[in-house]
Amino acid sequence: MITLSAVYALAGLMFAGVAVASLLDRANAQRGTTALFWAGLALSFLAGDRLGDLGNGLLVFVLVAIAGTGGLRSGQPATTSPDVRTASAVRHGNALFLPALIIPAAALLGTLLLKNSGWIDPKQATLISLGLGVILALLTTVIWLRPPATAPVQEARRLLDSIGWVAILPQMLAALGAVFALAGVGDIVGKLATDYLPLTTPFAAVVAYALGMALFTMVMGNAFAAFPVMTAAIGLPIVVTQFGGDVTVVAAIGMLSGFCGTLLTPMAANFNILPVALLDLKDRNAVIKAQAPTALIMLAANALLMYFLAFR
Amino acid sequence: MLTLSGIGVIVLGFLLRINALLVVAVAALVTGLAAGLDPVAVIAAFGKAFNDARYVSAIWLVLPVIGLLERFGLQERAKLLIGGIRAATVGRLLLAYFVIRQLTAAVGLNSVGGQAQTVRPLIAPMAEAAAERGGALTDSEREKVRAMAAGTENIALFFGEDIFLAIASILLIKGFLEANGILVSPLELSIWAIPTAVVALAVHGFRLMRFKPGAAK
Repeated sequence: MITLSAVYALAGLMFAGVAVASLLDRANAQRGTTALFWAGLALSFLAGDRLGDLGNGLLVFVLVAIAGTGGLRSGQPATTSPDVRTASAVRHGNALFLPALIIPAAALLGTLLLKNSGWIDPKQATLISLGLGVILALLTTVIWLRPPATAPVQEARRLLDSIGWVAILPQMLAALGAVFALAGVGDIVGKLATDYLPLTTPFAAVVAYALGMALFTMVMGNAFAAFPVMTAAIGLPIVVTQFGGDVTVVAAIGMLSGFCGTLLTPMAANFNILPVALLDLKDRNAVIKAQAPTALIMLAANALLMYFLAFR
Repeated sequence: MLTLSGIGVIVLGFLLRINALLVVAVAALVTGLAAGLDPVAVIAAFGKAFNDARYVSAIWLVLPVIGLLERFGLQERAKLLIGGIRAATVGRLLLAYFVIRQLTAAVGLNSVGGQAQTVRPLIAPMAEAAAERGGALTDSEREKVRAMAAGTENIALFFGEDIFLAIASILLIKGFLEANGILVSPLELSIWAIPTAVVALAVHGFRLMRFKPGAAK
């Protein structure tokens, strides 16, 4: 049975290839430390389960030290010029989209068809199908377009170089969330909220819950971390038990109020900071600014929906 | 109260624009120490959490394919395609993507799209090409178009996925309520995600139809 560790191994091999290519790139003034960063990430993906908790922790701190001291720099991977690309786009036509569409199609079909086949871990069906799709798309592209043998690694390096250390920021923030949970940060915030907020009417309680979900999500970068805390502090005891709101409405829209917070915070790096790197944006908050008007209106709308639907 | 000092570190670090990886690592250390753990235990806990969260970074697997196709002109092809469709304004294009994304997410197909899979290689260049039909873009307008493409992906995903009853957030709600002695079915929860999804479509759709970068000149 294919499990998630096969996907990790594949990603590990890719990072290892990028590390080697970085080491060989004399155009990069920091090629030693740059290669070390990607090699460290490769080690985590290839052998993370055998390093032990402390080993993984020390590995993370090495990665952070390299990134924090400016040791990660862009190289100059060999690629094509804009003119060559335009000519190729004209020559190959819309068929160029097909390999790109293989990945989502495989994720979709794999999730639907392979989930209960016994061939893959059903709990991770989508991610494994995505990995299979990548292999399929890569083979298709290489056979059809015949790029140089090193091109897949060099092109991955070109993109990873432009993303830089932001590539592991979402994973770091997920790990921080786990440490917050271990230290009991959520319980303290929940207690503060109930101690200092006036929750005397159903409407005030609903607004405090929706707003609390959004704000705490902004701090944690993740509505999943905020939900148990805010719902245990305000949602369940006050909106549902004390005022008699419908628990399914309160919980469902409570989570969606948290999502409004996700749209507003740099802590949700994979949604808000990663595209800044992927799309070469100068303003680090450009995506958050584009989302903010919708997010704020949606937060108000969620509070109103929760109030009218839970107390209908 | 001292346990909250990690949050202070995060806020301060982001405000002072210190390297975010450094800020997160320090915040984790400070939080663990304030909660009474010894330094080695904090590093080990963080290492375990980092290892358990590798699925977050597994998405980078798509980069060799995307990079390779870009080498052969994928972005240029996306621009050519949209440039040839006269009805394609940037607002209509992004609204169409919004609807497709919300619908796919609502039936559980989250990873059909994404910032790396669809926005960078396809949607952002298409949106740029559509916007350029209204006139040349300045750098800041180009940046706004790309940011709007990324934001449209996020908003459609967030306010679509909870309609699917087997999504992580719905299962988390169900599990949490169950632990508190309240039994609900995922279907009851996911139904109440529909009103918000409809409002999101109306709100963001309205913004997209009014989104005309470069039109003022």
